[in-house]
Amino acid sequence: MDLTVIWAFIIAFAVFAYVVMDGFDLGIGILFPAFQPGQGRNRAMNSIAPVWDGNETWLVLGGGGLFAAFPLAYAIILPATYPLIIAMLLGLVFRGVAFEYRWRDPGHAKFWDAAFTGGSLVAALSQGMVLGALLQGIEVEGRAYAGSWWDWLTPYTLLTGVGTVAGYALLGATWLVWKLDGEAQAKARKLAFRAALATMALMGAVSLYNLGLNDDYAAKWLTAPEIYYAAPVPVLTGVVALWLLRAIGKENHSKPFWLALALFGMGMAGLGVTIWPNVVPHDVTIWDAAAPHRSQVFMLVGVALTMPLIIGYTAWAYWVFRGKVGDEGYH
Amino acid sequence: MFDGLDALLLARIQFAFTVSFHFFFPAFSIGLASYLAVLEGLWLKTGKSVYLDLFKYWVKIFAIVFAMGVVSGIVMSYQFGTNWSVFSDLAGPVIGPLMAYEVLTAFFLEAGFLGVMLFGMNKVGRKLHFFATLMVAAGTFVSAFWILSVNSWMQTPVGYEMAANGQFLPGDSWIAIIFNPSFPYRLVHTVLAAYLTTAFVVGGVGARHLLKDRANSHARKMFSMAMWMATLVAPIQIMAGDMHGLNTMEHQPAKVMAMEGHYESHPDGAPFYVFGIPNDEEQRLDYAVGIPHLSSLILKHEWDAPLAGLDTIPDDEQPPVFMVFWAFRIMVAIGVAMLGIGLWSLFARWRGRLYEWNLLHRAALVMAPSGFLAVLCGWITTEVGRQPYVIYGLLRTADAASPLDAPAVGASLLAFIVVYFTVFSVGIWYIMRLMSAAPKVGEMGAKRGDTGPIRTAGITPGPTQNPGDADVLPAAKEEAE
Repeated sequence: MDLTVIWAFIIAFAVFAYVVMDGFDLGIGILFPAFQPGQGRNRAMNSIAPVWDGNETWLVLGGGGLFAAFPLAYAIILPATYPLIIAMLLGLVFRGVAFEYRWRDPGHAKFWDAAFTGGSLVAALSQGMVLGALLQGIEVEGRAYAGSWWDWLTPYTLLTGVGTVAGYALLGATWLVWKLDGEAQAKARKLAFRAALATMALMGAVSLYNLGLNDDYAAKWLTAPEIYYAAPVPVLTGVVALWLLRAIGKENHSKPFWLALALFGMGMAGLGVTIWPNVVPHDVTIWDAAAPHRSQVFMLVGVALTMPLIIGYTAWAYWVFRGKVGDEGYH
Repeated sequence: MFDGLDALLLARIQFAFTVSFHFFFPAFSIGLASYLAVLEGLWLKTGKSVYLDLFKYWVKIFAIVFAMGVVSGIVMSYQFGTNWSVFSDLAGPVIGPLMAYEVLTAFFLEAGFLGVMLFGMNKVGRKLHFFATLMVAAGTFVSAFWILSVNSWMQTPVGYEMAANGQFLPGDSWIAIIFNPSFPYRLVHTVLAAYLTTAFVVGGVGARHLLKDRANSHARKMFSMAMWMATLVAPIQIMAGDMHGLNTMEHQPAKVMAMEGHYESHPDGAPFYVFGIPNDEEQRLDYAVGIPHLSSLILKHEWDAPLAGLDTIPDDEQPPVFMVFWAFRIMVAIGVAMLGIGLWSLFARWRGRLYEWNLLHRAALVMAPSGFLAVLCGWITTEVGRQPYVIYGLLRTADAASPLDAPAVGASLLAFIVVYFTVFSVGIWYIMRLMSAAPKVGEMGAKRGDTGPIRTAGITPGPTQNPGDADVLPAAKEEAE
């Protein structure tokens, strides 16, 4: 078995875990202004306070893992998207400290609520734009980024950025449908529905844009025999999307959230088909960028030993704080 | 603001700034997590509520420190790629896996159990909660283990092979890479520094409240525990520092020459300079005040031992001496002062005046932030002292930076400076406010929120448990308006 392929899947898994887990945290941040100051916001924030930190750790695994498993890709992508990464990091600073600060300083709770929303929004937009900048291709010369300052800023990257914001809002809203009840839940349901429509529209737009982006992508999706592997992705995405809209309308518990995750899963699959086997389109394949065999083996041992434990205790932590926030709270 | 500075220098300033800021938080949280585990363990063992109260007092502070550590730490994990992409590409195969292990074995552990530690006391049993606290403490330590292994490998690189494309590749033994020659010393010295830093913060807070109210049993307990740490750990730390220094002399002699201010070689025993203004251009120590032979005695444990100076090192391989020389002196001075406080408190304890001696309490209060300064100076000593290399002797810092233009690096540096100073100053202000409240019976924990009715009993009922931090609820305040 080719370890480089295994590592590509591990990194993809880490990125996906980050996107869906911190995605709903950031989504709640984005939707925060829609909730009334006071109980509504407090409950929304308390539904993620015990888990956000663990969720954000997947970002470190995604970045650190890329550094370790595909150092060349890490060394090219980060300078290429420099302003976006810096903006994301600063956004996450504001978002992260707001969890603590707003409780410590009721007099400035409104300011920290704004920081929570602003930080979440900037982080989500930046992450989506990094994805777009990657997909549209990065200019490489030798072993380094060779593009200009502003390559990351195009209509396409703005589209992927806004799409990510909408997607995170969908995850956040469906999470709140699960964790809240009463009036707040009704509010979350309404938001979830709108976010779902926006997400689907933007996903569709990005997909179409991808086909026009270059011949390579179009060939993957539109010519035989690739089309037989690729075609199920958009078909299944459509099925999930309709199911999700139906579930948001009537389910009171976790179902909309799981379907939103499934929608993201389909998006990820589509992304995989598009980018494979490159890690930096269009010049660097996963094999070009891969760390040497010894590094891959050493880390694989670590992942094999720790990942079941990590998933186990993360699941346990979620289990401890299960149930509606309104019913149980922090008692 | 950054006119005339090149991208390399800006990138170096940015790394120095972000890592210095970041390290304050783990330096505190490594020690504080262990302290919280000790407090909770003592509570479970003895059943005395004072330990639970102190746990709840400090866990609120821990929550803020930890959040600041996390957000500033994520910046670090991306900084390698944004500003030091050449380094990342070349060294990634060796140090990348160690950092991946840090994420897998430390970051997930502490983050995964943090929620239960902060908010779960009434949701899980006492023993399970204690287990969560222990896991958070273990996570902070394991994190230090891996990141210090990475740093040490960059200082004393071994166990690698060079690839044709210039990459460092791992050799056949990861053990050799992880336990590289400077790692054990750096690990012990840094972790003890974190414990001492925390002890002096806890001691300072205890002292402050003793100055206001000598009878406060909670303040007495924390002061006493902190002073035991100072008494026991400060001497061990000085010994560990000495051994670390000897290790450095073996592997990075130029760094020790800079620490000592030895521009010249001393064939018949070298002096220890207490004062001096390093002058790199003229390669001499101006206004030097030295104690003859002391340096030879410390470094070689021999009166007349010859010591080589920077005159044996080519100019373009020398570190800048001024920062190293003075950072080292400040660190050592603080270490000695910490030892002094430890001994003084032991004397006070013996005379039965530990809780009555105002002057001791004032001194402990003044010393409260000293650990942070010592830690910062220690890192300046070791990081500036290994210049001009990022991987010692093999890769120059100047050859490791990203292909970025100065304005890009300057703009992001400015953003980091503005955001860090505002956000973290506010956090520190909140921490100071929490510290200025006297610890009391029935201390509130880190819980917050107005979610549901307040209950006095959870799964494990007890009179000392409490639900929300009712007096700081935004909702409660808004409803009152």
